[in-house]
Amino acid sequence: MPNENSRFNQELSRRRVAQLATAGAATAVFATSTIAGAQNATPNATPVGGSLTLYCGRSEDLVAALVPDIEAATGITLDVRYGSTGELAAQILEEGDNSPAGLYFGQDAGSLGALAREGRLAELPDSVLDLVEERFRSPDGLWVGLSGRARVLVYNPENVDVATLPASILDLPSADVGGDIGWAPTNASFQSFVTALRVTEGEDAAREWLEAMIAIEPVTFDGNGPVLEAVGTGELAVGIVNHYYLYQARKETPDIAAENYFFPDGDIGSMINVAGVGILANSGQEDQALAVTQYLLGEEAQTFFAEETSEYPLAAGVDAIPELTPLADIETLEIDLSDLDDLEGTITLLTDLGLI
Amino acid sequence: MASHFFETKPDAARKRVLPPTLLLIPALAVFLVMSVPFLYLGYRAISAGNDIWPLIFRERTMTLLWNTIRLAASVSLTATLLAVPFAWLTVRTDLPCRRALNVIIPLPLVIPSYAGAIALIGALGPRGLLQEKLERFGAWFALSLFTFPYIYLSVRSALQGLDPSLEDASRSLGKGPFHTFIESTLPQLRPAIGSGVLLVALYTVSDFGVVTLMRYESFVRGIYTQYRASFDRSLAAALGLILVGLAITLVVGESRIRRQASFYRTGSGSSRQPAIARLGRWRWLAFTWCLLVSCLSLGLPTAMFCYWLASGTSAGRDLGGLPIAIWNSLTVGVLAAICALLAALPIALLAVRHRSSMSTFLERSSYLGFGLPGIVIALAFVFVGARYATPFYQTLPFLVLAMVVRFLPHGVGAATSSLLQISPRLEEASRTLGQSSLATITRITAPLARPGIIAGAILVFLGSMKELPIVLLLAPTEFNTLATETWSATESGGFGRAAAPALLIILLSAIPTLLLDRQRKVSAIEIPGT
Repeated sequence: MPNENSRFNQELSRRRVAQLATAGAATAVFATSTIAGAQNATPNATPVGGSLTLYCGRSEDLVAALVPDIEAATGITLDVRYGSTGELAAQILEEGDNSPAGLYFGQDAGSLGALAREGRLAELPDSVLDLVEERFRSPDGLWVGLSGRARVLVYNPENVDVATLPASILDLPSADVGGDIGWAPTNASFQSFVTALRVTEGEDAAREWLEAMIAIEPVTFDGNGPVLEAVGTGELAVGIVNHYYLYQARKETPDIAAENYFFPDGDIGSMINVAGVGILANSGQEDQALAVTQYLLGEEAQTFFAEETSEYPLAAGVDAIPELTPLADIETLEIDLSDLDDLEGTITLLTDLGLI
Repeated sequence: MASHFFETKPDAARKRVLPPTLLLIPALAVFLVMSVPFLYLGYRAISAGNDIWPLIFRERTMTLLWNTIRLAASVSLTATLLAVPFAWLTVRTDLPCRRALNVIIPLPLVIPSYAGAIALIGALGPRGLLQEKLERFGAWFALSLFTFPYIYLSVRSALQGLDPSLEDASRSLGKGPFHTFIESTLPQLRPAIGSGVLLVALYTVSDFGVVTLMRYESFVRGIYTQYRASFDRSLAAALGLILVGLAITLVVGESRIRRQASFYRTGSGSSRQPAIARLGRWRWLAFTWCLLVSCLSLGLPTAMFCYWLASGTSAGRDLGGLPIAIWNSLTVGVLAAICALLAALPIALLAVRHRSSMSTFLERSSYLGFGLPGIVIALAFVFVGARYATPFYQTLPFLVLAMVVRFLPHGVGAATSSLLQISPRLEEASRTLGQSSLATITRITAPLARPGIIAGAILVFLGSMKELPIVLLLAPTEFNTLATETWSATESGGFGRAAAPALLIILLSAIPTLLLDRQRKVSAIEIPGT
């Protein structure tokens, strides 16, 4: 059962991180044979030319603005197919060996993990992997994170004293936040968080936390955006969301009555998930895919992610916007992000509790 | 003459009007293409082995299935109760402004139901407050409101083609308009109601957008969860097969209704104008009711989008891509409508004029694609296209092919019910007068069936304009349509940005719906002269 396998993998993940040094060496040897010309590749490679089909699970508004820059820098003609992260991954799996895609850009590590597990992705060269911290890329060198999104508790500063907020999300059900709590159980990021909770704290603890939350009757929404909006209007005291929704909302409503609260000390309540790319194996566009990946990890693209989406840039030494708790201060969870594709158990748990 | 009204068997002579092989070959070719999603589901489910069966037959699956059945039943019932009186009122009574209402009432069909649901949620106030009520009734309410025109169109077209002689007889016996309707008209409308309800029920079981927005736990959401969350295509396919089973049940159920009788006028090709019922003091009450429902189903979403457009333009989305999206949407819509029409005709002609178990099977199975969520059809064509039709994969013809499979029942349904209303006696007369089969079809059958068939083509057009998953997965890369523009705008936030493409879908879809009304008037003038 794939289910059992991934759970097994998750238990192994600690050890896997420790072994990464050796695994990395093996990857390097293998990768040079998988992707031709990879050994010459550097972050500012000369124009490669040709064309590349990108299956893009991120929004068109965001990526379309990058395309001309990518094309100018690499000399590659980009054909972008937009869709939702999950469905594009399913499409690549169904296309099999004839997939027109050369590069896949997914919104979460889980979908990248699913492609990696079914052998659709080529190994990346160390020159690319090393641009990103270990915790934000595939342990097998099959995909790499481009930007990070943290889970946060967004609160209304007019109704909530930040000092009363709990140090851990695990204590949220028993904390008195002085009003209603909002959440979005159907949201993919929330489900990734529950999966992480199951992996780190165990099935029973995850269920207990959810039951305790249900007992205090949180208000359910179908997306992070509406949660944030309701916090801003004072309908809610706090809401569990991704960090960047606030900064996006501020672009339209600068004085929105909301602030982000990061749970301190590496608490799972502020775990980081990544959006990232994987190069499709045997697409005939590996060189182009690699060049585009390098561009996306370069300074221009990383700055773009930091400024446009308010996400955490993961490479090129670009800093996140000053409002954010620096990435270095957020401790890593001891999990392999790509194992967050074990959503089956999470879905079962959430439906069992009547949440989705 | 009444003996011809409820004819149960086709005359032996009629079978020779056209050699069936001429129809059978194209019909079988269409059948082959429309089997693709089912073969795909079967292949995926079987390749998973026996491990998945316990996962399928767990309690959760049964709960979801039951929820979906309940939803389909309640939506079908509500939509019928809305649609049949509307059809009667606009066709057979002195309802005020009935020509205008005739145009307005079917228009909710042009509103993508997910967009309509967004508008309902937006209009009915803060989510936290109405949440519980919406949760319980939202999906039923929204789906009833946005799908009842399927029944309305089918019943209206049947009413317009109905020979009024039975009703005249009823009235001559002293029955009032109400009793005449219930006792004489309604039984004759049963096939039209049945085919409309079938579309509504299939739409409901395959819908993803509304049930998600209204947080109703339906079966299709279970399928999506498998694709999106666990990437388990085999389990999703097995669940998809259960949905196929549900669709088969609905389709078979509808044929039971239809099999009981065939309905066409006897004697001549023209129908006299039926008497117009005087509503008296109910006139304005009926008018208000029609207006109220139209305000909710058409006015409210349109107003919300206009409001969002006005308030959201400052959020600034580059509208430069819209002209191309309009062109692409129209291209796909028109091509899909024409192709679906061509694909539907042989099947409908076989089913009506050469009835056999084979032709009935072909006709009935064309409905099944409409009972599957778009994502399943899209992935089936991804699988087949990338593997076995690589040069055509992600090209415009291939996209249109998948669209035709999804919306074929609109074409087949409309063609079948129009043909059912044309007496084969007319075709026989034409043959007797020395016309060839082809000439009979082009000069007699086609003109008489034209309004109904064009109505079917328009429904295919409307469906294609709104369709999202099939376009996202199968369109040529970088081929944006209005539906994908709407989707990508909602993906990156604000409804304000989605308002412009969503309004354009509504506007562009409304035009052929208006033409449909004109078409009908023209043919109503022509037919008495034939």
